[in-house]
Amino acid sequence: MLRAFWKTLKHLWHRVRQLSGDDAYEVYLKHHTAFHQATLDAPPVLSRKEFFKLWQANKWQGIKRCC
Amino acid sequence: MHKNFKLVLWAAVLALGLAAVCAIALNRGESISAMWFIAAAACVYAIAYRFYAAWIAASVLMVDATRATPAERLENGSDFIPTNKWVVFGHHFAAIAGPGPLIGPTLAAQFGYLPGTLWILIGAVLGGAVQDMVTLFFSTRRNARSLGQMARDEIGPIGGFAALIGTFLIMIILIAVLGLVVVNAMKHSPWATSTVAATIPIAMLVGFYMRNFRPGRVLEATLLGVALLLLAVVGGGWIDHQPIVRNWFDHEGLSLAWAIIVYGFAAAVMPVWLLLAPRDYLSTFVKLGTVLLLAIAIIILQPQVHMPALTQFTDGTGPIFGGKLFPFVFITIACGAISGFHALIASGTTPKLLANEGDIRMIGYGAMLLESFVAIMAMIAATVLDPGVFFAINSPAGVVGKEAVDAIAKINSWGFAVTVEQMNQLARDMGESSLFARTGGAPSLAVGMASIFGNAFGKGLLAIWYHFAIMFEAIFILTTLDAGTRVGRFMLQDMLGNVWPKMGQTSWLPSVVLTSGLVVAGWGYFLYIGVIDPNGGVNILWPLFGIANQMLAAIALCVATGILVKSAKANYAWITGLPLMWLLTVTSTAAWQKIFSDDIRVGFFAAANDLSSKLAAGVLPLDKAAVAPKLIFNQQLDAYLTLFFVVLLWVVVLDTLYVVYRYFSAQPLMPLTEVPYQPTRLDDNWVRD
Repeated sequence: MLRAFWKTLKHLWHRVRQLSGDDAYEVYLKHHTAFHQATLDAPPVLSRKEFFKLWQANKWQGIKRCC
Repeated sequence: MHKNFKLVLWAAVLALGLAAVCAIALNRGESISAMWFIAAAACVYAIAYRFYAAWIAASVLMVDATRATPAERLENGSDFIPTNKWVVFGHHFAAIAGPGPLIGPTLAAQFGYLPGTLWILIGAVLGGAVQDMVTLFFSTRRNARSLGQMARDEIGPIGGFAALIGTFLIMIILIAVLGLVVVNAMKHSPWATSTVAATIPIAMLVGFYMRNFRPGRVLEATLLGVALLLLAVVGGGWIDHQPIVRNWFDHEGLSLAWAIIVYGFAAAVMPVWLLLAPRDYLSTFVKLGTVLLLAIAIIILQPQVHMPALTQFTDGTGPIFGGKLFPFVFITIACGAISGFHALIASGTTPKLLANEGDIRMIGYGAMLLESFVAIMAMIAATVLDPGVFFAINSPAGVVGKEAVDAIAKINSWGFAVTVEQMNQLARDMGESSLFARTGGAPSLAVGMASIFGNAFGKGLLAIWYHFAIMFEAIFILTTLDAGTRVGRFMLQDMLGNVWPKMGQTSWLPSVVLTSGLVVAGWGYFLYIGVIDPNGGVNILWPLFGIANQMLAAIALCVATGILVKSAKANYAWITGLPLMWLLTVTSTAAWQKIFSDDIRVGFFAAANDLSSKLAAGVLPLDKAAVAPKLIFNQQLDAYLTLFFVVLLWVVVLDTLYVVYRYFSAQPLMPLTEVPYQPTRLDDNWVRD
């Protein structure tokens, strides 16, 4: 019972992190290892700070907020 | 579940829904419980989602859960990312739900609670949610193209141009009217002004925190920001009691308008990480939290709605804005029922995250139902006020008079009981010097929310709740203002880039300054006129915004109808065709009346001519005569702008009809641009769970 509750809580926390973009860097690292590891011309892994700069700039291109 | 049990359950939902709708439609008593509104909304949404939306998804669009989406096919780790459906839902909802569904219903409450409520419910399930869902679907099948690109590819270059220019102009008018709402909430209110001002350094602090101090720690930074915002609300109350400091924040509408114009320019030129992005986190969190809190408070408290079902103002004599019930209730409430702007989010942005077509109903249709529910709550918050109080807060000085005694006498003459003492007491409770003539919806909504929160969570904090509600609206109005100015700037840079390529470089400083300046000048002009207009400006700007927004919705529905016909689904084209015809009727009628009506409170030219003749005859008081030439020019400009919108709309409609005609007469057409089928490789459970 307590365990199930703990699990739900963890799951919820995971969703909140996903929604807010708190885990964006981890997702990027995952993507990077999955897609670029084997290739020779793989782009270098960005640091957390560099990635966040790019991610944020990217996020605010185009129409993101409505009335 | 057993089949018969399901049948009984849905029959019960239908029965409850019908009972609730009848209760709110037929009630002619003194008041009615807000729970009927909640019940009606919940049942209507449930039935529409379960049956109508499911049918559209399965039989009309034929969504295919085995088909790879652009997020999967074009995954790049930055903008195309297959994402969990709840997360996509959250992003989509946060993007579509702005201040619109809060303001529109509040203004439309002048007709009584019934017209607005019915339009919010019916418009959303048959119009707005369908528009959002089909646009999301068509964009997903077209590599996440934007509405403008789809219009160009499927209908023709005119459609694409119309969508582009329509979006740009809506943005200008929307920002102006939102700016006006904030100004009306802040004028001569040191508490509100200082709280809103404090949101700027708080956002910057949060921006620094998550860029430099703890890069990427979005949640930590946001929590810190939200705590500071709450502190700013309380701190504003302290400032309000300091005789010297309070003067720094006590300003006329005009100076506040200039402050917002300067701020808007600065925000558009500054990098996003410093102001826009961090404030957006704060506003999203505060918005979701407050909406949730409001829903809980309404359910706990079950407040009574005191506004009559219909008021005498359905005849067009309403104080907040002129014009009859038809077509103006459908123009005033755009967001919450159907909003063309959503089509811009549903194309281009959301499809890049969508992991599976099977979730289109939940995200496209579902998020719009939730927004519609926010509009219903705004309607409840506005109508739980005594009607006399509601009209005292929202009627502009130009209609009821500048002095409290005159305003009260005028409102009493309409048959709504309210006294000067009652308004003074209310203002004291809310920590304000006066609540008269605060047109725009934010203050009356804040009073409504404060009284609901106050009753549910303790009455001693009314003033805090009121200023919390003002801060809550101001913070995302300012986000929309920033984001909108920036989008306008990008669009303008893009357009100018066609003529002079260097102007198209988004980071070239002279281009940034010039285009930002032009966009700010555009909305700044309308904001300035709105502030100096003794009738409050909202009465002019909000209908203009409504017409423009409905025009964009009609363009989105044209694109969808055109695609349905071209995909050999003409017998289903009514799902977008009927809302399109309704919007066409409403928008054209409203535009016609705004241009040609003889009523000076409705027709732009009539108002301009009336003011010119009064000016010439010398019967205007000095202060009015001084601004009259500007107001006359503005009324004429608004008339031509309305004409432009409606002509543009008809051109797109005729263009679509021509495409339909060519289809049925078997003439060559631009081919469908749908991307061919590719099976999905995503493990369902991994992303979607």
